[in-house]
Amino acid sequence: MRLNKILLSFISALVILFSTSIASFAKVVGDKIILGAAISLTGKYSSNGVHTQNGYNMAVDRINSMGGVKVGGKTYKFDIIYYDDESNPKRAAQLAERLISQDGVEFMLGPYSSGLTKAIAPVTEKYGVPMVEANGASRSLFTKGYKYLFAVLAPANLYLDVAIDLAVEKNNGKGVTVAMAFEQDAFSQDVRLGVLDAIKRTGSKKVIDDKLPKELNDMAATLVKVKQMKPDVLVVSGHTKGALTAIRQISEMKVDVPMLAMTHCDAAKLSKQHGKNSQYALCASQWHKTLTYKDDFFKDGMTYDADFTKEFGYAPPYQAAESSAALLVFKDAFERANSFDQKKVRDALAATNMQTFYGNIKFAEGGQNVDKPMVLFQVMCDDAGKCENKVVAPTKWASAKLIHPIPSWSER
Amino acid sequence: MISVQACLDGILLGILFALIAYGMALQWGVMNIINIAQGDLVILGGYIAYFMYLYGIHPAWGVIVAPVIMYFVGIVIYKLVINKVVDRDLFISILATFGISILFMQLMNFAFGADVVLANSDYGTTMLFNNNVVLPNSKIFSAFISILFAICLVIYMKKSKLGRAIRATAQNARAAKILGVDTEKVYAATFGINAALCGVAGALISITFTIHPYMGLPYTIRSFMIVIVAGLGNLPGVAMSGMGLGVFEEFADYILGTEFRIGSVFLLLVLILVYRRFKLSRKREYLK
Repeated sequence: MRLNKILLSFISALVILFSTSIASFAKVVGDKIILGAAISLTGKYSSNGVHTQNGYNMAVDRINSMGGVKVGGKTYKFDIIYYDDESNPKRAAQLAERLISQDGVEFMLGPYSSGLTKAIAPVTEKYGVPMVEANGASRSLFTKGYKYLFAVLAPANLYLDVAIDLAVEKNNGKGVTVAMAFEQDAFSQDVRLGVLDAIKRTGSKKVIDDKLPKELNDMAATLVKVKQMKPDVLVVSGHTKGALTAIRQISEMKVDVPMLAMTHCDAAKLSKQHGKNSQYALCASQWHKTLTYKDDFFKDGMTYDADFTKEFGYAPPYQAAESSAALLVFKDAFERANSFDQKKVRDALAATNMQTFYGNIKFAEGGQNVDKPMVLFQVMCDDAGKCENKVVAPTKWASAKLIHPIPSWSER
Repeated sequence: MISVQACLDGILLGILFALIAYGMALQWGVMNIINIAQGDLVILGGYIAYFMYLYGIHPAWGVIVAPVIMYFVGIVIYKLVINKVVDRDLFISILATFGISILFMQLMNFAFGADVVLANSDYGTTMLFNNNVVLPNSKIFSAFISILFAICLVIYMKKSKLGRAIRATAQNARAAKILGVDTEKVYAATFGINAALCGVAGALISITFTIHPYMGLPYTIRSFMIVIVAGLGNLPGVAMSGMGLGVFEEFADYILGTEFRIGSVFLLLVLILVYRRFKLSRKREYLK
């Protein structure tokens, strides 16, 4: 009996302790601004989820150590509550709900991938919680009329249209023939729409338009068609699997094409996994360390690259860089709003116009960043077989000259 | 030339799938278990070859190392889970292997990370017909190894004591037991052999395609289909339907477009099943 009583009081004490600790998590407490994020720490997006988290953490540490955020004459520090969404959209939506209604978070950071951002956005919108996201590029995120969603990255339809422009430029302004192979998922199909727009705009012609199934990693049939049609440009987008499969089969089947443009090369560690076979591939990227954008916190891309490598032991992929940029945007918006009122912060976010090491940031009506073009880099290898990614377009940022057309396999 | 190319691509792909399907047919026939985790065993075999490649060993050796390791993995899975569901309803075994599949996916993701990886064999390419038909040597190699393993297994099944015991158990488990066959041992060995075959296929897939912890299910589905089309215990049938499906897929891809590739294969499956039923029903009428 006595034991029961002791147990009961112990449990109730725990409950009280627990409930107060939850309450103390809420929004802005003391000198802390608490942000919430559901991130894929396990499941199929876990590698990129970890890049995202590292990017967020790096920026939080940097901003906090450099004076924090000044609102209403007081200095605040950032803190983030993370939950693992297991790469599962349903789970992500639940966690967003939990962050907002149980933990009392009033400002959110985005998850990794377009799919998960799509799952979370309706929740943050419902509660009027401003969310700055760095890893959801799908065009459909920005056409739904969301008021509280802001993306620091360029939308998916801009990924590869630079490549078509480049090919047309190399063809003396005349239209080119384009072969397309895109995976059947929201992101890749958005990239495809962008390429179709570019084809129309430049008077080019599409000769192959294949949709790759999500499951099978074989595109031999598409490549047979490419060999037969001999297009000027081959564009491929299918996440890391698509990039790796394309390079493997193009090199094995000796497919000669003057220009090969892809997405997800750096996430796929293309030059590491395929070495010289990946040479000359053009890759769309949100960011590259050699770009000359600057800010006060990370200085520039090269410094960010060095600092990140020092802290986490690997070079930052663009997923990490854009995640860091999201925190810079939040800091800037808080200081301009000079308040923690969600509406005011939202309006300040909408009026953002700044430069970060990651690029210029200015949001359009739909929440997408319209001030930062995509860059294209080309994989270039030296004779020893060491490969590096060098920016070749747009010309303003180019650190190397585009090699065009790609030498045929018999000459390599 | 295009059709020769598509044909050869399909055959080489089909042979690889047929190897996985053969393992599935074997344990389905012997133990009456549909193994949903088949594809995950394949991927695990792929990771074995990949890690050999990472440590500087040529991944082709994976076709010897992976089956040995996978055989024991198979035995362990059998001892832990499968022996408890082997005499039960088919539905229970599907649930159990589905659970194993999820467990394997998560464990592989945890242990190896979620990156898509591959092992480079540097085998080069074979050009035929005045360079009009190109065949990656890695694909030829994997087809060759698959055939080799299949032939060895058939001989083993015919000649060895264990092979005969397995076949006897498949025909009638109770009779085999009465006649002194240790069916428990036979079941364990069957599951181990199936896992070993998956290991070989996985090593080959890491050389020819890519591997990822969550990529197992398509291989399960594909082998399931091949077995359905071929029927149980019909090895030449498995080989033929594997290659047939491979060729059909490549042609469907080439003629209709990639987006119809999987769809057309499933359409074919439905047609075959309907045709089978039709044939069966005619037989039944005849018996009346």
